Amino acid sequence: MTTITAPSPAQTTVPRQAAPPAAAPLTDIAVLSKRNLIRIVRTPRLLITSAIPPALFVVLFRYVFGGAIHTPGPNYADYLLPTIMILAMLLGATTAVAFATDLAGGMIDRFRSLPIARPAVLAGRTSADLLRTALVLAVSLGVGTAVGFRFHNGFLLGIAGLGLLLAFGYAMSWEMIWVALKVKDPETAQVAGFLPVVPLVFASSGFVPVLSLPGWLQGFAKVQPVSVTINAVRALTQGGPLFHWLWLSGAWIGGILLVFGTLAVIEYRKA
Amino acid sequence: MTTKPVIEVDDVFKSFGQTQALAGVSLTAEPGKVLALLGPNGAGKTTLVRILTTLLAPDQGRAAVAGYDTVRRAAAVRAVIGLTGQYAAVDELLTGRENLRMLGQLNHLGRAESRRRADDSLALFGLTDAADQQARTYSGGMRRRLDLAASLIGRPPVLILDEPTTGLDPRTRLDLWAAIEQLVADGTTVLLTTQYLEEADRLAHRIVVIDEGEIIADGTADQLKDQLSGDMIEFRVADPADADIAAAAVAPLAVGKPQIDPDSHRITLPAPEGAATLGAALAYLSDAGIAIADIGIRRPSLDEVFLSLTA
Repeated sequence: MTTITAPSPAQTTVPRQAAPPAAAPLTDIAVLSKRNLIRIVRTPRLLITSAIPPALFVVLFRYVFGGAIHTPGPNYADYLLPTIMILAMLLGATTAVAFATDLAGGMIDRFRSLPIARPAVLAGRTSADLLRTALVLAVSLGVGTAVGFRFHNGFLLGIAGLGLLLAFGYAMSWEMIWVALKVKDPETAQVAGFLPVVPLVFASSGFVPVLSLPGWLQGFAKVQPVSVTINAVRALTQGGPLFHWLWLSGAWIGGILLVFGTLAVIEYRKA
Repeated sequence: MTTKPVIEVDDVFKSFGQTQALAGVSLTAEPGKVLALLGPNGAGKTTLVRILTTLLAPDQGRAAVAGYDTVRRAAAVRAVIGLTGQYAAVDELLTGRENLRMLGQLNHLGRAESRRRADDSLALFGLTDAADQQARTYSGGMRRRLDLAASLIGRPPVLILDEPTTGLDPRTRLDLWAAIEQLVADGTTVLLTTQYLEEADRLAHRIVVIDEGEIIADGTADQLKDQLSGDMIEFRVADPADADIAAAAVAPLAVGKPQIDPDSHRITLPAPEGAATLGAALAYLSDAGIAIADIGIRRPSLDEVFLSLTA
């Protein structure tokens, strides 16, 4: 084995005068995102596994429930796919797990002892995960297209719909960071990250029309973020009244980002 | 010229719920020296490390590194420290080279300089051959070396090591010790925590013994050993039957009674005046006509000191 000889440090006196290096938050975010992206690329199994459930859901709902559920419009695939795509955003709760893993393994301590802007670590995580969710979204879109989903409202608005989904997923990744910081260990983060998914996605306009729900649930289902975002994406990809849903969805996304972004940063400072 | 301490901890308290982790700790570390924080598990060592590295704020009291307050000037503190935590905090999915380049860039060395230093560090720490393998394939020792290289990439003047050799094989431990000694020779100030007396004895210029959140001793290894009882004289008589007579012969020198080990028949007695006491003991034994097989003067071991302090 090679013997270690240590590098000589730059300073040999008391480093009182050492000036803090210039802050470069964008570079820090880029460096940390790159790290997280390399991790995503080097765990292809995780990426593939997280793309499977949405693809399965597309096929299941399209062919198992599609015949029994009566929805407006001629094609259940068109109705269904925005829901599956938002589910894809939420099911991939890997943000929470990955962040909790970094916390448990000492990586976050290392980052927090570096002269970098602290939120850069969180932004580096969420921006890398945005790219990952974009891939999962693309897979869902591909499978959806195979079972009959189409953009009926023009290509550009259809793309805008995908953009809205990504924005929603991005906002929710800050919620997942907050969850990871609260629960700390990866296993709990896995379960806790999944908690909001079931009520939000199923008690929504996602699979069945809201009017078919019992009255007490309709109130929640009409205004909650997943419903309004699904409605906005439907309007963007299929046509229909747009601005009402788009405004509500944008407000939710902005609100989630603001609230959970702030909470995550506060919790990170304490961690 | 008086040197200002690089690390100053002044009456720091920290609790987690009901648990008092630090109960009024004060210490200073001189520039270019190694300060070892020695104590059993749960003594509060890691809590103090986390305060010094800005990861935790003290409940009361203050801590400063390089003159910067760890709470109010946290960013400045982070710019002058390197931290090696208890876990080897390297990214397992990145290669050794990628880990070091990332840390270089996060230390704002710029891309080119980060590359250059990463390559240099890999060579220095004997990791060049494994540089392009993912860190998850590394052995425990390689991981530790990569971890240390990562915390040194920004050439921090203050290095904080939390149990750096826990779980390492003896060979790798010696290598790490040599690396730390080299760093100190080049002017780095080191604070390290350890549970190993041998490690503190070998590396530290000063040892602070901490137990249950309080400092129970502070000094050089030799001063700590003096605190126990000073030097010891230990001898063995040629004929075990003479042991009692020999013990009686040197009794006037001892503070208490000389101890006779029943199995080895070795006789030990405190030597408050060191070599002078040894000379006197030899004279007494010679007067009594007792032949001795061997005689020597020894320091109490740091283990004896530690056990007596934390008892």
